[in-house]
Amino acid sequence: MLRDITLGQYYQTDSLLHRLDSRVKLTATLLFIISLFLVNNLWGYVMAAAFLAVCIRLSHVPFRYMVKGMRTILFLLLFALVFNLFLTPGTPVVRLWKLTVTKEGIRMAAQIAVRLVLLIIGSSLMTLTTTPNHLTDGLESLMKPLKKLRVPVHEVAMMMSIALRFIPILMEETDKIMKAQIARGADFESGNLIQRAKAMVPLLVPLFIAAFRRANDLALAMEARCYRGGEGRTKMKPLVYQRRDYMAYAVLLLYFAAVIVIGRILPI
Amino acid sequence: MALKLEHVTYIYGADTQLPVRALDDICLEIPDGQFIGLIGHTGSGKSTLVQHLNGLIRPSQGRITWNGRDIWEAGFPKKELRSSVGLVFQYPEHQLFEADVFSDVCFGPNNLGLPREEVQKRARRALELVGIPEALYGQSPFELSGGQKRRAAIAGVLAMEPKILVLDEPTAGLDPKGRDEILGQIAGLKKETGISVVLVSHSMEDVANYVERIVVMSQGHILFDGEPRQVFRHKRELEEVGLAVPQVTDILHRLSAAGFAVDTDATTVPEARDTILKALGGKWDGPAAGRGAMGEKEKC
Repeated sequence: MLRDITLGQYYQTDSLLHRLDSRVKLTATLLFIISLFLVNNLWGYVMAAAFLAVCIRLSHVPFRYMVKGMRTILFLLLFALVFNLFLTPGTPVVRLWKLTVTKEGIRMAAQIAVRLVLLIIGSSLMTLTTTPNHLTDGLESLMKPLKKLRVPVHEVAMMMSIALRFIPILMEETDKIMKAQIARGADFESGNLIQRAKAMVPLLVPLFIAAFRRANDLALAMEARCYRGGEGRTKMKPLVYQRRDYMAYAVLLLYFAAVIVIGRILPI
Repeated sequence: MALKLEHVTYIYGADTQLPVRALDDICLEIPDGQFIGLIGHTGSGKSTLVQHLNGLIRPSQGRITWNGRDIWEAGFPKKELRSSVGLVFQYPEHQLFEADVFSDVCFGPNNLGLPREEVQKRARRALELVGIPEALYGQSPFELSGGQKRRAAIAGVLAMEPKILVLDEPTAGLDPKGRDEILGQIAGLKKETGISVVLVSHSMEDVANYVERIVVMSQGHILFDGEPRQVFRHKRELEEVGLAVPQVTDILHRLSAAGFAVDTDATTVPEARDTILKALGGKWDGPAAGRGAMGEKEKC
């Protein structure tokens, strides 16, 4: 039931993208997103899409796996699309009752849709190819300069990795409790909005209790291992850049430069 | 009233790179009023199988019938099936949610749409069957002890008055005393109500004393299916799949290997005592003392 949510999940396989240093992938995702918002012509988007397509091929993650994750943001996408389509002022093209579709509106809506789709697929590609542990290691390492500003970088990264780690656990827990209540005749699928909200109580109460129980256990286990934050803490597997990582940085910069030149300078 | 599984196969993650065949061509029939032990090592497919029994997961291949009707055909009354096949999950106390024990037990029968008096009657009966005293009815389920919580949760399923009660590892995480209590109570309620009980466990020791039929699973297959004494004859095969025969059976097998003419089919302590005495030709002169010693040893 809940297994369909692929957003933010890791896909286990072996590929160049999986082996890349997580710092490279984080930087790449950030640059890719920035590039999406700097570009404002067709060729720029074609190039961004092509770059993403190559990355997807290199990742060995089946494409339909990513599309499955898109389903969760379909609503948001439609929302943005409709609003931009009808509410952008400009030269009218079609008139539907009181609503006007403008030329600028069509352009804007198309742009937003393409941006959103590329953005979501791009960032889910990162989470699909990077384990949560690597992800937070990478984040911690990239945010290190902020330590000078007294930002508790290690603690933030630790909280993030715990939160990420708990997603599948709580999802499994939800599945289990749901099944247990269905076995007791609970019905989560029929009825009106109020009935459905009421039907969630037998699911939510045990889920909250489970979350607290697990948090408590984890805190005790960390305490028992003398965890005391990031001060003087070393890593078992420190991140080390390999040759392929430098090459990936080079490719990335090349892409970024090219997409900006093409995406901002060419007409259309 | 019988539940029948015909060539049931279930594959986890069929569309991923690592599909797992959790169940492979399972054929099983659960008739009325039988006490069945379903045994297998961790990961043998027990829990997956159990979730097929009341239609929580749909088999990838094969069919499941309840009174001859396929439970996955269109329009099959799933709710009725779920009240007829009561499933108690592992750590059932994690599903408790109501403000007091009694209302929590009422949740199941309430979902069946029964009238109020009937619901309360059933809840009362279920709580009596699992031995929760009336003084605790009004308490928060979260204030009970571990064993009490579990029994209250089992009562929550029992209150639906199932024809088949399936318990997935009901003794997991309990101390020996709590374990014996729960198992004793399950055996008692089986006797009292005459329903079928399927007891899932990874420990032969747990089930040997209670069940009349043992189904052994390994890697998604049914390895053995028969009376305990028949199954325990396959001591070596059982050990190969990570299961141990009960201690008494083990001792008898060793005695037999050492040249004593004991009957290795005995599965309980009294049976073992009798056959050992017979093999010794009645030379044992302290049966009363011997019995005590045996009993003690079994508990260790």
